[in-house]
Amino acid sequence: MTTTQNSHPQRQPSLEEAMHKALRSAPRPRRATPLQAALAFGWRGMLKIKHVPEQLLDVTITPVMFVLMFTYLFGGAIAGSTKEYLQYILPGMLVMSVLFTTVYSGVSINTDLTKGVVDRFRSLPVWQPAPLVGALLGDTVRYLIAGTVIMTVGYILGYRAEAGLGGVLAALALVVVFSFGLSWVFTTMGLLMRSPNAVMNAGFMGIFPLTFLSNVFVDPDTLPSALEAFVNVNPISILANASRGFMAGDVASSDVLIALGTAAVLTAVFAPLTTRMYRRA
Amino acid sequence: MSSLAIEASGLEKSFGDTKAVNGVDLAVRRGSVYGVLGPNGAGKTTTIRMLATLLRPDGGSARVLGHDIVEDADRVRGAVSLTGQMASVDEDLTGRENLILLALLLGFSRAQARSRADELLEAFGLTEAATRQVKNYSGGMRRRLDIAASLVVTPELLFLDEPTTGLDPRSRNQVWDIVRALRESGTTVLLCTQYLDEADQLADGIAVIDRGKVIAEGTPGQLKASVGSGSLHVRLLDPEQRPEAQRLLAAALGDDAVHPDPDPAALTAACPDADRGAEVVAELIRAGVRIADFALGQPTLDEVFMALTGRPAEETGEIELQEQAA
Ligand SMILES: Nc1ncnc2c1ncn2[C@@H]1O[C@H](COP(=O)(O)OP(=O)(O)OP(=O)(O)O)[C@@H](O)[C@H]1O
Ligand SMILES: [Mg+2]
Repeated sequence: MTTTQNSHPQRQPSLEEAMHKALRSAPRPRRATPLQAALAFGWRGMLKIKHVPEQLLDVTITPVMFVLMFTYLFGGAIAGSTKEYLQYILPGMLVMSVLFTTVYSGVSINTDLTKGVVDRFRSLPVWQPAPLVGALLGDTVRYLIAGTVIMTVGYILGYRAEAGLGGVLAALALVVVFSFGLSWVFTTMGLLMRSPNAVMNAGFMGIFPLTFLSNVFVDPDTLPSALEAFVNVNPISILANASRGFMAGDVASSDVLIALGTAAVLTAVFAPLTTRMYRRA
Repeated sequence: MSSLAIEASGLEKSFGDTKAVNGVDLAVRRGSVYGVLGPNGAGKTTTIRMLATLLRPDGGSARVLGHDIVEDADRVRGAVSLTGQMASVDEDLTGRENLILLALLLGFSRAQARSRADELLEAFGLTEAATRQVKNYSGGMRRRLDIAASLVVTPELLFLDEPTTGLDPRSRNQVWDIVRALRESGTTVLLCTQYLDEADQLADGIAVIDRGKVIAEGTPGQLKASVGSGSLHVRLLDPEQRPEAQRLLAAALGDDAVHPDPDPAALTAACPDADRGAEVVAELIRAGVRIADFALGQPTLDEVFMALTGRPAEETGEIELQEQAA
């Protein structure tokens, strides 16, 4: 039968040549080193931010709205004046806005899984944890953007850090390191749950109450004692204390150590779990 | 070096109570295109995922290009590529970015990665779409990009899982051309498909798989021969003439071969080949039967299954349900 030939009567010879050439000229280079592979995945993270900037909008707009709302609605009542309240709340808002972005680490790993990209990555001859480590790089950029947005808004509204820019940067660095630890919790969740939306909902369901039951918004001295006890041991409170301390220039080293220790424990438990589950996914 | 690209014996994989793959043996020659043919749920994807080291088998063993898929998984990954059933490219990135990413991951420098990406985009007719996000690609473009992504370095063995399901005929032909070009370049291809004609067009050897087992194996010719034939479909201008046409067809092709269609003016008959089909149609016309149209077709997967298993190809789950009900 002639139909097969007729179906592409003007098959461009150039395309066919290009194909044969492309198939011939692909010598396999030396394998990518783990660092190269992780950097390539980091680059992917940047591209995602460029192509899907909405992911940043969600997580920066919410904290900005909280800053505005709390400062101007409750600030007077809680701290006597909006100006004073802004001085109290802003370092905590930095913590909140960056921690919110960590949920996206879980959302994006789940998206990859449901779309089938993970199969491709896992079938490549690269260092197997590279996609996870590389994602940390993209995450860092997101954390820094979220942190910068909130600090800029604070500055515009009149927030001034006693310890100056150095204090702000130290606080930001600590928050970013803590977020690395926390993000492993969400990547584990991302590998366990069925859909990106489920991860998002469950993630925020966890992190929202934890943030509200911390000292981010109010001084725990004013709380009933049982609640106060919880708020005081909540790692988010400790991180917020450290962040306030850095910006005010009177940081307690115990707060910094506890925050770093929590991050280390979260990483030690959830990073291997994520890696193992990713390999089996 | 073994002349076999894939040697699998007794591969098994279960998910909970489902035995997805239940003792698959395969022997695929280097440089050939090998078709794995089976209906939904037969275990094709699970088999491929085990061979590509994405799933660990529960039982049995396999060597891919001489490397054990469990012990030497990393070596296997260094020599094969996989184009999965689900598009395995990043939809948020552009086509070009996807290819550059893979090239970087395979060890190319930035400059090499860019030029390799452009070369592939051109070869796959995607240059114009290169800077568009993949989520805006058509099904055919996405498939081609997905295959291109597997060819950033020409693999010794390519796994292709249902590469043309859901494509229009033109896109399907483009994919077929790619597979032919790959074969010429010496790459072994393991092709999963639900379409007998696809396997027939492309494959040197075919395994038919059903409920996790290989139920038949051979060249496309052998397989079609074992099924008997293709089919001749005749539609008459005048339904009144159908009994006469049926008598003539039965005389020419055998009593068992002919069955009336649901369409009162149509008949279908098993027919060994195109020549014989043409002769039979000519006989009908000489006898005065007026024919509206006729078609000669290859046996469908359904007919293959009917011949091999005595039941139509159906999703495994459904069959189990029916058996339980019975
Ligand atoms: N991850 C999984 N978890 C549970 N069951 C699974 C999983 N993967 C496959 N199965 C089941 O295993 C069986 C074989 O599935 P498989 O995907 O290998 O079939 P297939 O031949 O590729 O089918 P299709 O043509 O639909 O792609 C099916 O019954 C399927 O439901
Ligand atoms: Mg499948």
